[in-house]
Amino acid sequence: MTSLAATRAAVAAALVTLAVVLQVSVLPSFAWDGPASPVPNLLLLVVVAAALTRGGQFAMVLGFAGGVVLDLAPPADHLAGRWALALLVVGYVAGRLRQDHAAGRWNGPSAPPALAVVGTVAGCSFVGTSLYALTGVLLRDPAVGVGEMLPAIAAGVLWDVLLTPLVVPALMMLWRRLEPDFVR
Amino acid sequence: MATRMPVRATRETAPERVNRRGGLERPDPRAPKPATFVALLLACAVLVVLDLTSPVLSPLRRVVGEVYGPLESAATTMARPVTSIPEWFRGQGELRAEVRRLEADNAALRQQLAGVGYDRNKLVQYERLTAVAENIGYAVVPARVIGIGPSQSFEATVTIDAGSAAGVQPDMTVVSGEGLVGRVLRVTRGTATVLLLADADAVVGGRVGDSMEVGFVHGSGELAGEAPLDLELVDQSVVPAKGDTVVTWGSDKGAPYVAGVPIGVVDSVYSDVRDSTKRARITPFVDVTRLDVVGVAVPSGTASDRALIDADGELK
Repeated sequence: MTSLAATRAAVAAALVTLAVVLQVSVLPSFAWDGPASPVPNLLLLVVVAAALTRGGQFAMVLGFAGGVVLDLAPPADHLAGRWALALLVVGYVAGRLRQDHAAGRWNGPSAPPALAVVGTVAGCSFVGTSLYALTGVLLRDPAVGVGEMLPAIAAGVLWDVLLTPLVVPALMMLWRRLEPDFVR
Repeated sequence: MATRMPVRATRETAPERVNRRGGLERPDPRAPKPATFVALLLACAVLVVLDLTSPVLSPLRRVVGEVYGPLESAATTMARPVTSIPEWFRGQGELRAEVRRLEADNAALRQQLAGVGYDRNKLVQYERLTAVAENIGYAVVPARVIGIGPSQSFEATVTIDAGSAAGVQPDMTVVSGEGLVGRVLRVTRGTATVLLLADADAVVGGRVGDSMEVGFVHGSGELAGEAPLDLELVDQSVVPAKGDTVVTWGSDKGAPYVAGVPIGVVDSVYSDVRDSTKRARITPFVDVTRLDVVGVAVPSGTASDRALIDADGELK
């Protein structure tokens, strides 16, 4: 493992920790309807940004690991593995999207168009939150109805899209700086 | 040509596939590998099943909690100046509502405070009434003075808020904590008219407490000021001393006046030169201009719509 790879792993761990902590203890204060309403999913943004720069393979592993942390970190009381599954799929989907785009207009490490990033975030947020909710329905973890699920998912997508211009460019720049020179 | 054509044909039938692979040279090494995807999916499933079926993960949860708990706590503390901003904005409406509520509370409390003196006096009067009930041996119906007859009609009467429903009947004695007030003239269901001692028509049989001499106490018709009463003794040879207490001597069956209720003290003694009788000026114990809580002496066990102060001082 090169020193760059080690740095990358450390940065990934720090980002996951930061995202989970912020998401759990700071962002609820900014939610619309008090602390129990939907908040932006920072971890999902981290995974999507990683997928758009580092690629799907890395994003999948990052999503899985971050999801496990999110499943086990203190306020969580749901079955472990649900967020891991959702973010794993998010990493996979975002990675596939990047690949498609990379073959087309934006090649490799060059910056993707802003609209594509926002679209990717919106789609991934919808897929991730829906998947999490659906596993809850399947496993009867907290069995919520579709009527309750949809507004929460929509609010989550909206939050993530709103936060994208603030968070994702910085994250993508960070990942790109941690790339080896020959890829750049 | 024949060997090259098939190659071109394959290239032309699947040009996108070649492009999707990330160019002509090699596939993208960073594409999500299906094997990893499946492996991680299985890992998720294993996690779910483990968590679903056994408490194996709870130590792990605990460890993660030990790490993330302090981090979350520190983040909350550090972010408090920032996180309190929306609360500050959101709080304006709530603060205004709270100010309104507190102002209303304040007004109510001020009102309550303004009535404290009155309430305290009322309590004292009720307590004295209880003492009177014990002294005279009658049950007492507590009542409040709710109307005072106009002085230009030259009669000293008041209305009290106890009537026949409370067990009050005409010719009953009305007392207050200080002493005798008067007697009941008429009753309605909820009120009674009381003739005060000071009325010019009121005559009470009085007894000088020290000498047991009897006489008649007349009202002067004046309400304001000292409103002295006039005592005419039956036995002209006895001269009451200044400061002697005059109490009621009592009538048959306690009507209109029960025995032993203090009326006043002897203020001065004088001789009426016209009919050569000795008379005494009595200063009444009861200041009729300050009457509030009074009691009507009723026989013990009277049916009443309110609590009676019984002769032993108990509320019945």
